[in-house]
Amino acid sequence: MTARVGIVTFPGSLDDRDAARAVRRAGGEAVPLWHGDRGLRGADAVVLPGGFSYGDYLRCGAIARFAPVMADLVPAARSGLPVLGICNGFQILCEAHLLPGALTHNAGLRFIDREVQVRIEHNGTPWTSGYGRQQEITVVLKSGQGAYLADGATLARLEADGQVVARYAGGSPNGAARDIAAVTNPAGNVVGIMPHPEHAIDPLTGPGGDGLGFFTSVVRALVAR
Amino acid sequence: MSAGASSGAQTPHGPGTAAAGTAAADTVAAATVTPRRPQPYAELGLTEEEYQRIRALLGRRPTDPELALYSVMWSEHCSYKSSRRHLRQFADKAPPVKGDGEAGRLLAGIGHNAGVVDIGQGYAVTFKIESHNHPSYVEPFQGAATGVGGIVRDILAMGARPVAVMDSLRFGPAGAPDTARVLPGVVGGISFYGNCLGLPNIGGELAFDPCYAGNPLVNALCVGVMRHEDLRFAVARGAGNKVILFGARTGPDGIGGASVLASASFGGGEAAKRPSVQVGDPFMEKLLVECCLELGAAGLLAGIQDLGAAGVSCATAELAAGGGSGMTVNLDLVPLRDSSLGPAEILMSESQERMMAIVEPQHVARFAGICARWDVPATVIGEVTGTGRLEMTWRGEVVVDIAPQTAASQGPVYDRPAARPAGQDALAADDPARLPRPAPGELLDTMLTLLSWPDLADKTWVTEQYDRHVLGDTVLAAPENAGVIRVDERTGLGVALATDGNGRYSRLDPYAGAQLALAEAYRNVAATGARPAAVTNCLNFGSPEDPAVMWQFAEAVRGLADGCAFLGTPVTGGNVSFYNQTGDVPIHPTPVVGVLGVLPDVRRRLPLGFRRPGAGLVLLGRTGADFGGSAWAWAVHGHLGGRPPAVDLTAERALAAVLAAAAQDGLLAAAHDLSDGGLAVALAESCVRGQSGPAGCHVSLPGDPFTMLFSESPARVVAEVAPGAEAALAALCQRHEVPVTDLGTVGGDRLEVAGCFSVAVDRLAAVRAAVLPALFG
Repeated sequence: MTARVGIVTFPGSLDDRDAARAVRRAGGEAVPLWHGDRGLRGADAVVLPGGFSYGDYLRCGAIARFAPVMADLVPAARSGLPVLGICNGFQILCEAHLLPGALTHNAGLRFIDREVQVRIEHNGTPWTSGYGRQQEITVVLKSGQGAYLADGATLARLEADGQVVARYAGGSPNGAARDIAAVTNPAGNVVGIMPHPEHAIDPLTGPGGDGLGFFTSVVRALVAR
Repeated sequence: MSAGASSGAQTPHGPGTAAAGTAAADTVAAATVTPRRPQPYAELGLTEEEYQRIRALLGRRPTDPELALYSVMWSEHCSYKSSRRHLRQFADKAPPVKGDGEAGRLLAGIGHNAGVVDIGQGYAVTFKIESHNHPSYVEPFQGAATGVGGIVRDILAMGARPVAVMDSLRFGPAGAPDTARVLPGVVGGISFYGNCLGLPNIGGELAFDPCYAGNPLVNALCVGVMRHEDLRFAVARGAGNKVILFGARTGPDGIGGASVLASASFGGGEAAKRPSVQVGDPFMEKLLVECCLELGAAGLLAGIQDLGAAGVSCATAELAAGGGSGMTVNLDLVPLRDSSLGPAEILMSESQERMMAIVEPQHVARFAGICARWDVPATVIGEVTGTGRLEMTWRGEVVVDIAPQTAASQGPVYDRPAARPAGQDALAADDPARLPRPAPGELLDTMLTLLSWPDLADKTWVTEQYDRHVLGDTVLAAPENAGVIRVDERTGLGVALATDGNGRYSRLDPYAGAQLALAEAYRNVAATGARPAAVTNCLNFGSPEDPAVMWQFAEAVRGLADGCAFLGTPVTGGNVSFYNQTGDVPIHPTPVVGVLGVLPDVRRRLPLGFRRPGAGLVLLGRTGADFGGSAWAWAVHGHLGGRPPAVDLTAERALAAVLAAAAQDGLLAAAHDLSDGGLAVALAESCVRGQSGPAGCHVSLPGDPFTMLFSESPARVVAEVAPGAEAALAALCQRHEVPVTDLGTVGGDRLEVAGCFSVAVDRLAAVRAAVLPALFG
C-alpha cells in the first residue's frame, strides 16, 4: 500500500506545496485537504503546514482551529491519527489543545530565517522513528512567533513524560523555553515542530536532506501497520 | 518646491466639495452649466497648461471626479510625461527579436504590466522592478510593505504565479539617526508583507550614502512564472462583458499617492502626507494571488488589470483604452471601507489588494464561486460597451464621461530642457590618482576598513528577516551573486536574477554609470552560470524640472539602451522615479538594473563560496587602475571624483559566455564577480562563505598589489577551478579572448596574500558580521 498523507491548506497556508513535495519524496501520496471541507479523504496521517493561516489575525493559529476540517481532524488525532504540525501548524495544534503550551514572539521581536541544528530527543513517535536518539539534524527555522512557552508545571511534565521531541542544539535562537523545538502529546501520535523539516529534503534547495526523516518515518510506520 | 507639485502642508484629499460623500457630487451636467467654477487643479499636482488641456479635450470643464482621474493618470508617476521621449530608445534600440523557441524571446515587452520572456520548455517568466521611495520615507513600514504588494500584483496581472521577490535599498549614512528610523521600518515592512505572502526574498542590494538621507530608495522586484498559454493582457473587449472589481474594499488610504506623493519633491511637512501612503494586508493579497491563478486556470478572464497607482482610475482607463472599447462603471457599486467616500476619492484611492477583471456574462457565476471559495469579495461594477467612452455614474448621475485613451495614453509629453551640470567637468577632473595610497604594510588595514564599511559588511541582519526558503525552489539567495529559482523540478530549468546600481559611478558619468549597473547585474547573473536574457530597470532621479537632473536622466537612459542593444538583452519594462531630492539637492542619479538569466539546469549553478582545499583559483578578466567612484576612494578618503571604471561590454559578453559554458561543462566549482571593493572584498566574501565553513586561500598577485586588490575594473570574476579542469578552462577562455590569471589555491583557514598579509578567515567574518547589529540592534 501507499501511505496517504493529508496536507491541509488553510487560507494563508504557505508551505503546503513543500510539505506535499516532502511526502512524495518520502514515497507517500500527498492528499490535499481543504480547510472548508469536512472529512479527511481517507488520509492515514495529516500534516498542518507552515504559513500565516488567516493572516495570523487575532493570534497565530487561533482562527484556523475553528475551520471545518478541524472538526474531523481533532477527534481523529485523539484516536491516534499521526498528525504533524509545522510552524504555523504547530501553533494551530496548540490552539486546538492537541498539544500543550503556546508559541509566542521571538526574543528580539524579529522574524528569523536561519538554518538551525536540532537534537532529536524522542524517536518513539511515528514522525521521528527513523532518527537515532540524540541525533542532530539541520533544518530551517523561519518564523516570527516561534518561541515555545508553557507554564513550569507543564514543562516539568513534558520533560518527565518524555514529550520533548526535539531541542535546539547550541541554544534557542528565539527564546524558546528549555530550547524546545518540538513536542508531542502523551500518546506520541501528534507532533508539533517549529523549524521546517520539509525545507531540508534536498541540498539543492535547503541545508541538506536531514528533514526528510520526518516523512520517511511516518510513511514507513503506516506501511508497516 | 517644484512647479505643479502641491505644497507640503496640503492634505491630500479629493478636490473641493467632492471630499464629503454626503454632498451632491459634481456631475457632467453641472460642469456644463458652471464652466467657470474654480477648480483645485494645482493642489492635485496639475499645471495650468495641463488643466487647460483637459478642458480642451473635454470641450468643457472637468467634473471633480474627472479632474481627480486626470490628475493621477497624468501624474509623472503614471504618465511618464518627462521620461517618455527618452524611454523610446529601449524599444528603438532593442536587440533583434529572437526566434521561436529560443530562450530569451520576448512574449510581451514594454507597455504591459510587466515584460514576459520565453525561457524554453513552454515556460515564460515575467519580472519587473518598481520604486516605492517616497511612501517608504513618509511611513517606512507600510511604504515598503505595499511596494512589495504592488509589484506582486503587476506580475499576477500578466497571468504568472509570483515566485520570488528582491529589494534594492538605499539609505542615508548608516549611523544617522533618521536611518535608524527608516531602515528597520523598511526591512520590517518587506519582511512582514513578503513573508506573509509566501514569496522567497532572494537578494537585492543595501547601500548607504548621504545623498539618500532625506530620500531613501526602496525598489522592489518580483518575478513570476507561467506557461506560455497563461499569458494575459490588460484589455477590455466585447460589449456586454462585465467589469468586476475584486479583492479588498476601497478605503481612504493612498489617496493621491501617485500625484502628491510620488510625483513631487519633499520640502518638509512629510508627516502630513501619511494619508497618501497605502496600508497593506498581505493575507488578502495571498488570497488574491491564489484566487487569480485559479480564475485564470479556469479560463474565466477575458482581461485583467491590477489596481496600483491611481487605483480605479488607472484600471478602468487602461482596460478601456487597451481594448479600444468603452466602459460604463457605477461607482455606487464599489465596495467601500468608509461610506463617506465620494466619487473623486474612490477614483483616487490606492487601497491595496484589489484587481479588476473583464468577464464574459456567462462566466460571472463561476467567477463569483471561485472568489467565494477564497473569501475574496467580488463585485460587478460595470460593463464593457462599444461607445469608445469611459462613463461613470454615482447616485444616478453621470460624473465621468471621457475618451479613456486621453487619460491612459494621450497625456502630456514634455521635452524637458537638459543641461550638463556646471560642476560635472570639475568633478571628472578630480582624479583619485591624487589620493594617498596605503603602504604595503597597510593593505590589510585597508581591506578591513572596507569590510567593516556598512555597504560591504555582512547583510545577514537584513536578509535573515526575509523568508528565502518558502516554495522550496530557492537554489541561491543573498549573499550569492544572484538569486536562483528552480522553475521545473524534473528538468532543472531555472532563472537567475540580480539587481545592481552604483550612484557614485552614475554621479561621475551617468552614461557610463547606467552601463556599469547593467554590466554588474549581467555579470552577477553570469557568475551563477546563467545566460543573461532580459533587463528591467528602476530609474531613480531628482526633479525632471531641473535641467541638470534631466541631463543625468537622458545620459543614463542612452547608456542603458546602448548597453542593452550591445549585450543583446532587451529592456522588458521598468519604472521611472523622479523627484527624489531634498529641497534643491537631488540624489545621485541612481539607475538600478535588474537582469534575468536562464539556467538550463540549476544543479549546475555556481555558488560564490570556495569549496575544495587544493583547488586552483583564477582571475578572469583584465585589471586596470579604476578608482574613480570606488569603495576605497569613498570609504577611506571620502572622495568622489574622476572617471568611473572603464566600461568594456565586449569583455563582459565574452566573460559571460565563458562562465555559462564553464558551468555547463563543470569546469568551475565556484565563481564570484568583482565589483565594489575589487578583488580584496570578493576574496574575503568567498572565503567567509566557504561551502563547509570558512575556507582560506593562498594568493600571489601579479602586478601592483594595491591596484590588484582594490581596483574596480569591471568584466572580472574570481573563480575556483574544478578538479582537473585547468586545461579545458584555459582553452575556453582563449577561445573567447578572456584573460586568465592564476591567483593561487584554496586551502587552510587564512586568507594569505603573498608578500602583503595573512589574516584568519574567522576574523574577516567577525569584522563583517559585527557592523549592522552594532548599528541597528
